[in-house]
Amino acid sequence: MTSATQIEAEVEAEVEVARPRARRINGEGIVELLALPVLVVIVFLGYLWWRDSAHLDAIESSSLNWAAVRVQTWQHIRLTLVSAAIVVWVAVPLGIALTRRGLRRAAPVVVAVANAGQAAPSIGLIVLLFIWLPSWSGFWVSVLALTLYGVLPVLRNTITGLQGVDPDLVEAARGIGMSAPSTLRRVELPLALPVIMSGVRTSLVLIVGTATLATFVGGGGLGETLNTGITLFRFSVMVSAALLVALLALVVEWFGRVLELVLRPRGI
Amino acid sequence: MTSTNTVADETPATAAGSVSGAEIRLDGVTKRYPGQREPAVGELSLTIPAGEIVMFVGPSGCGKTTSLKMINRLIEPTSGSITIDGEDIRKQSADDLRRQIGYVIQGGSLFPHMTVGRNIALVPRLLGWDRAETRQRVDDLLDLVGLDPDAYRDRYPRELSGGQQQRVGVARGLAADPPVILMDEPFGAVDPITRQRLQDELLAIQRELHKTIVCVTHDIDEAIKLGDRILILKEHAEIAQYDTPDAILAAPADEFVEDFVGSGAALKQLSLSRVTDVELSRRTTARVGELTSEVILRAQENGDNAVVILDERNRAVAWRFLRQLRRHEKVVGGDRESLVTVDQRATLNDALDTMLVSGHGGAIVCGDRDRYLGVIDFHAVTDFIEQVGEA
Repeated sequence: MTSATQIEAEVEAEVEVARPRARRINGEGIVELLALPVLVVIVFLGYLWWRDSAHLDAIESSSLNWAAVRVQTWQHIRLTLVSAAIVVWVAVPLGIALTRRGLRRAAPVVVAVANAGQAAPSIGLIVLLFIWLPSWSGFWVSVLALTLYGVLPVLRNTITGLQGVDPDLVEAARGIGMSAPSTLRRVELPLALPVIMSGVRTSLVLIVGTATLATFVGGGGLGETLNTGITLFRFSVMVSAALLVALLALVVEWFGRVLELVLRPRGI
Repeated sequence: MTSTNTVADETPATAAGSVSGAEIRLDGVTKRYPGQREPAVGELSLTIPAGEIVMFVGPSGCGKTTSLKMINRLIEPTSGSITIDGEDIRKQSADDLRRQIGYVIQGGSLFPHMTVGRNIALVPRLLGWDRAETRQRVDDLLDLVGLDPDAYRDRYPRELSGGQQQRVGVARGLAADPPVILMDEPFGAVDPITRQRLQDELLAIQRELHKTIVCVTHDIDEAIKLGDRILILKEHAEIAQYDTPDAILAAPADEFVEDFVGSGAALKQLSLSRVTDVELSRRTTARVGELTSEVILRAQENGDNAVVILDERNRAVAWRFLRQLRRHEKVVGGDRESLVTVDQRATLNDALDTMLVSGHGGAIVCGDRDRYLGVIDFHAVTDFIEQVGEA
């Protein structure tokens, strides 16, 4: 009898089983994605409570007044987004060029230069550029410095991402008659996008932190309040500014994650 | 150019029976790589007749893949010329040329970020077909390779099994109805049973379409089964023998071919005989939705202990023992994908393999587009072997 049931089982056994539907995100990912904003909101509410109940002297309350903080936060965000946009605009095409035949050999050299750019102390970079470019406004000097600083992760990830695309797929694309630019646009870039986007996120977080230094060349941002706190030795001002920068960085990081998820092509 | 255009206009149905392939001629084709003394392919000349399947076989590194890729200019020959339908392939741009040549690669090489439908639609869109026409073509092709268009059109490749991905790969190669199709180890990445099925399907498709198919493989059995002709290559793509499978099995040109074909040449005849050569037995069939009691009565009259269940398009979906049938009041369908069948063009070798898996001591045989034809059983095969032996 066992043999009969065995045969039955074999007859009904599936030879080819289709795999489950592809999804962008699973339950665990959603929890992870929601945890961060919740944390940010809780900490920010805690700060509001403290700000409301603490006794502040004249200097403290003038540097922590909401109008000023709002302006600086907006400047900070603007510095970050403008720099990041330029980074993407420069680093992605550069990364693409460095993976094409002909320029491929130059890739290590360019990456080494970008590496050096990032290894240079950021404060030194900002001040040097300020001295070299006296006619530039503080904002654009800061943007230039932040851009140089943030290029590396995007450049490196663009190169890595494109190199990581299965060469068989590229050959398949060419083999069915897609032109080289079309293969890049419709096959290589979409497949490399997750890696490139994680570079963009790293770069965003780097830039948002470093943008604190823009205040030294008159570029604005939350660094102003932080600097006031340090020079006037007002502990509450210092910590407040540091906390706000940290929260902003977390929000930017979260934004980067959402961007990564939204732009990720389905099916991979 | 004109010939490829008319071919592209024909639907598979109207093309059935007529040869839609084009002749390929290689003349003194050589490929040298810089820094290597010996050429990868040296002075290869051969004619691939229109509408035939020609298999390139040989040991690894013999230049068979290089030779194949020179036909669609993925690799440019160092010297020599290649013509398709009398036209030099260098007359048009490589991209234009490739859009008129189907290309099927091991594992399917589907683009993972595109749905099955978009993968297949790529070449028609490149050729400027309109949306409606392309959509219709995608559905026709999915149907042709045995995948239900509604179920699979919008899936992503990673949601499919290896065999299904390979089917889609074949559909993509056929998409623009090209006269010539190149295949590079198309079925190398799937398990033996799926491979046999895919081979059968390819033969069935070829029976309808009559393309010129050039296929690289390292598997001599696959070459014997699929090929109208086989090209056996030695190193540097030197031709060892180029002939029909029967001729190669009957009279290997030299020791190299003999070694390559292997010692079991007599048994290999099983790979040459097709299921159609054997008489199929009739079994009790039932339609999905019929009353179980009537079906069982019919089966008992015929003396069958199992029933083949057909869907509305006459395709077998399941083969159930009577005791399995009794569980339901009406006959229920099954997953056609999971039923192991053999194509009428399958070799007896494959049929034997399938019988071993099935547990019914036989195998369901299907014809064009999976239409049910009958059952081949073990006795039929042994009788056939005895007949051949006596003859």
